[in-house]
Amino acid sequence: MIINHPLLGPRDSSEFVYLGDACLINRPDWQADDALEQFIEYGHTRDNPAGLHRELWYHEQGDRSWLVVTRNTVTHEITQVELARDVARAEGRSK
Amino acid sequence: MSQKNRLDGGLIDRSEAWSFRFDSQYYKGHKGDTLASALLANGVRLMGRSFKYHRPRGPMTAGSEEPNAIVELREGARKEPNTRATTIELYDGLRANSQNRWPSLTFDAMAVNDLLSNFFAAGFYYKTFMWPAAFWEKVYEPIIRRAAGLGSLSLQDDPDGYDKGFLHCDLLIIGGGPAGLAAALTAGESGARVILCDEDFLVGGRLNLETYAVGGMSGAAWAAETVARLQAMPNVRVMPRTTVIGAFDHGVYGAVERVSDHLAVPEDGKPRQILWRITSKRALLCAGATERPIVFENNDRPGIMQASAVRAYANRWATTPAKQVAIFTNNDDGHRTASDLVARGVEVVSVIDTRAEAPTSSDYDVVAGGVIDQTWGRLGLSQIEVKMPKGGIRRIKCGALGVSGGWNPNVHLTCHQGGRPVWNEALAAFVPSATLPPGMTVAGAANGVFSTHGALQSGADGAKAILADLGIKASAPALPEAEDTPVKITPFWHVKTAKRAWVDQQNDVTAKDIKLAHQENYVSVEHLKRYTTLGMATDQGKTSNIAGLAIMAEVAGKAIPQVGTTMFRPPYTPTAMGVFAGRAWGMEVRPTRLTPSHNWAKEQGAVFTEAGLWLRAQWYPKPGETHWRESCDREVMQTRKSVGICDVTSLGKIDVQGADAAGFLNKVYCNGMAKLPVGKVRYGLMLREDGIVMDDGTAARLAEDHFVVTTTTAKAVPVYRHLEFVRQCLYPDMDVQLISTTEAWAQFSVAGPKSRKLLEKIVDDGMDLSNEAFPFMACAEITICGGLRARLFRISFSGELAYEIAVPTRYGDALVRRLMQAGEEFDVVPYGLEALNVMRIEKGHVTGNELNGTTTALNLGMGRMVSKAKDSIGSKLSERPGLNEPDSLKLVGLKPVNPDHKVPAGAHLMTKGDKVTASNDQGYVTSACYSPNLGCHIALGFLKSGDTRIGETIRLVSPLTGVDHEVEVVSPHFFDPEGERLRA
Amino acid sequence: MHDLTPLCALGGAEPHTDKVAGVTLTETPGHTLASVAARLGQEDACTKHLGTLLGSEAPGVGSWVRSEPISAFWTGPDQWMLSAPYDTHEDLAAQLTAHFGATAAITEQTDAWVWFDMQGDGVEQVMQLCANIDIEKMPVGAAARSVIHYMGVYVLRSAPDALTILGGRSSAGSLHHALLTAMRSAL
Repeated sequence: MIINHPLLGPRDSSEFVYLGDACLINRPDWQADDALEQFIEYGHTRDNPAGLHRELWYHEQGDRSWLVVTRNTVTHEITQVELARDVARAEGRSK
Repeated sequence: MSQKNRLDGGLIDRSEAWSFRFDSQYYKGHKGDTLASALLANGVRLMGRSFKYHRPRGPMTAGSEEPNAIVELREGARKEPNTRATTIELYDGLRANSQNRWPSLTFDAMAVNDLLSNFFAAGFYYKTFMWPAAFWEKVYEPIIRRAAGLGSLSLQDDPDGYDKGFLHCDLLIIGGGPAGLAAALTAGESGARVILCDEDFLVGGRLNLETYAVGGMSGAAWAAETVARLQAMPNVRVMPRTTVIGAFDHGVYGAVERVSDHLAVPEDGKPRQILWRITSKRALLCAGATERPIVFENNDRPGIMQASAVRAYANRWATTPAKQVAIFTNNDDGHRTASDLVARGVEVVSVIDTRAEAPTSSDYDVVAGGVIDQTWGRLGLSQIEVKMPKGGIRRIKCGALGVSGGWNPNVHLTCHQGGRPVWNEALAAFVPSATLPPGMTVAGAANGVFSTHGALQSGADGAKAILADLGIKASAPALPEAEDTPVKITPFWHVKTAKRAWVDQQNDVTAKDIKLAHQENYVSVEHLKRYTTLGMATDQGKTSNIAGLAIMAEVAGKAIPQVGTTMFRPPYTPTAMGVFAGRAWGMEVRPTRLTPSHNWAKEQGAVFTEAGLWLRAQWYPKPGETHWRESCDREVMQTRKSVGICDVTSLGKIDVQGADAAGFLNKVYCNGMAKLPVGKVRYGLMLREDGIVMDDGTAARLAEDHFVVTTTTAKAVPVYRHLEFVRQCLYPDMDVQLISTTEAWAQFSVAGPKSRKLLEKIVDDGMDLSNEAFPFMACAEITICGGLRARLFRISFSGELAYEIAVPTRYGDALVRRLMQAGEEFDVVPYGLEALNVMRIEKGHVTGNELNGTTTALNLGMGRMVSKAKDSIGSKLSERPGLNEPDSLKLVGLKPVNPDHKVPAGAHLMTKGDKVTASNDQGYVTSACYSPNLGCHIALGFLKSGDTRIGETIRLVSPLTGVDHEVEVVSPHFFDPEGERLRA
Repeated sequence: MHDLTPLCALGGAEPHTDKVAGVTLTETPGHTLASVAARLGQEDACTKHLGTLLGSEAPGVGSWVRSEPISAFWTGPDQWMLSAPYDTHEDLAAQLTAHFGATAAITEQTDAWVWFDMQGDGVEQVMQLCANIDIEKMPVGAAARSVIHYMGVYVLRSAPDALTILGGRSSAGSLHHALLTAMRSAL
């Protein structure tokens, strides 16, 4: 596969390491009342879509950016690639 | 022997006659020949024996789709079995041997199978060898393997090298026939980056095999001229001898270039083959088409071939399989073969056309509406029997029969990502569907455009569409004039009255087998394939699948498109395993990492072991020591008595800087790091988010905003990855900068009661190493030996008074030599991984054996380290009830009751009196060694409620290795439990 | 002045040189290296400081600015690798710390890497057997991180017929073997 890195352009997927669902960015608040339940959900429950999937890839043999890649799990078509750091900020993880 | 079947002309270079050997016989051939064409020229039609029935076989094709003429090429370590004679490029001195025959090709004793064919029909193995079950492995399988099979392996290492390479282009053109060449010209002249791959050594595809004119010259001449034009373009790379074997995601293609297969031995340093990974923006498949056979009685005799192959041998290779040739066809293309042969001076004894309204000819006899119902000739065709349209039979003597059942577009690569071809009624063939691999389009015969004019036009048009898509302005080269004959075909798949008619010649599947499969209710085409093995041989059914499908459709009363096709998968043609390995075999299978003291350790005679990619000294044998334990025990005792040195460079080191560095480390370590004072080191435990321990190490605070974190050797890469995840994905606005410094520093452990005295001799003036000035867990940036920058950490893995000292890597060798020299007066000893391991087990320190991906801080006896006062990765999920059962595993020490007994790692622990069952399991041993200080074997392990069972005698079992004895549960800290030595 | 003798990454006292056909592969120990990573919120200031140091713009994505005595190539978002002659700048990291102040994190990287220079006709063909980068499309002054035989490397284009390859120092021998094998194969 080829991942169109937002900074570096198209790069071969062999340079990347796959982690999994991009929902891992949304780490729960440890002080929430139901923190343990939330963490169990966060740690273990995943959708397994046949279709679009937002997932985390790490450009280990590149610029060491974590990326959020939107990939169709049926066709491998990649429709969007973002810097995970930007996504994290947009999703309110700045503080 | 003379080349009795050599004709005039052709695309061979007759200036030299090359000698080659097939089996025990020597022959002559020319540059430009294949093994098959050279053998045919020498009058040899018999080239192999079939897989199951050992029937005599000759070449059926002139290309890579060949099912029959497969041989063992070369001898000795370079022997390659199952190589198609039709694609082997002849070289001087070539040696090949026929395979799957005994004792010889002309007399094969195993041909008795053919007489027993009634027993060997489809499903024969399943039905026959069912009982008794034990017989399969010991009796049946070895017999079958010996009798049925392909070539044999050399069983020696392959002496040749294989490379992997990487190419990039705008447009990859697969196939260099008329469509591919026209496309390459169009794209090349427009300035696009083009790669043109062709599996043949002579680019041109069927242009090299046909006689019609292209642009007023022969097709071959036009192809040669065009290739020369393309080769002169800097933006075009023409790659002959290169097969595109697979179409992968996002425009990535695999291609095998046979760099040296046309030579007896590759040139010095050169690879035999290269596996290219081609990243393309677009691809144009111009793979041509394959002529398919008609299935009839005894249609497999040497001399019976594709009609187009007979024509190809005559036109390109100036040879004919026999002086008298007959043609059997269901379409007009068969007649073209007949005319070409006549033009070459070969006698065409008859053209049998299944169509009643077949064209007639003044050059040869035509039987319109006839079929062939029998053939003769034990080791090669001698006569055919024709069933005449108005009844009656006619026998015709001939040495070769060209069969033309129509043409199949080579759609294989269009299917590599799930596409299924669609049926075209007019062509009576499957053509590519609209569902192509993204970025791929198809042109020429591969897309069902069979005329030369059509192929040229469709190649040029295909290229133009791609250029427009890529935003490249297309310049359109003038296309040459060429024939534009329409396809005229009336499908005819098989002669229904036949009893032994071969569909898949390589796997010996007959029309009867397919009918039997249907009769036994194998309805799906995929099931048919597996039950009969149709299309499962090395040729992957390139010539046989379609006839199989047609027969199946007929017996099922369905139309061919309703039956569908099986899935084509990579590789397109058989591919040597070596090319997939590339250079990565033996010691080159992965990189080797050397420690800075490697040269020095080698001089000391160190024995090395692989630790991940690293080679590390395992022990340093002294003269007279005959067992590793002697060396190891000495190194341990001497270190604990005086001082020892160990290279610990391979531990991961990560520089963590930034205003939020401390806060960041507080997130990734379960224990507190924020309040660590500058100049101090702290042990840290890193958890995975699920509460399992990820790694352990130390964090040294060099400045308020600067830490150096260490990881275990094995986890250096994953921990760095994890830290970047936490930094970028979880806390994107923390001011933290990370970079690995593992390789930048050579780091040595200096351990033992005399370590301070030794280091005092090399640190520069002003550095006070006294316990007061530089206590346990202190760290500092210092200089040594008169000004070299160094880092000093007072940390201890061995349990001794110990330091780790780091210098720029290039000085690692010099430092170890200096330490050894300065330590002479203390009898300093270098110690290896074995001694390091013994000392840490004696001390009860954990490593990867204990941090094994299933254990928690609680299991390790470090439950209290998980701070509840802050958030850290894994802290919440380490509270999961399942990880906090009252009888959780706890780290314990184990000592054998009988001091002569070992306590092997991997053994399990049982409560005394319990039966040895999995449900009674109480824990397991993780690390074990002989302790020279305690004088017995010791071990670390995990035991249920282990912390409350100190003093208990427990049963140690390893049913696999026969271990069953008693051990005492003790504290994991066997040695200096109070830590007095390391604080000294 | 200390009296310890350094070794080259390939283990010799002197750097290693190989020649195959018209291409020379040289181990070049004469560079110091230091990484520069902008502090959060200081990205612009850091980039400016880097520009001052180089006497030009700081290198952008995938590029390498060569100047005297300090050169720099881009390694990641707001991160660069800087190099300078070892003889005059052994303390490069310390100098940079002073120059960048609180705008960047500086880490000494000199001995983390082995530095190879490859020069001659055919370096592109050699690289095509090594790394999955589009070397034909890499102009002089381009920098790419990639993988050669499972080893992470930086490939820098120093001239139409010359490349610089940086690899991990501990695996210098394996990288050298890979490069040399590819040279023998391609040339």
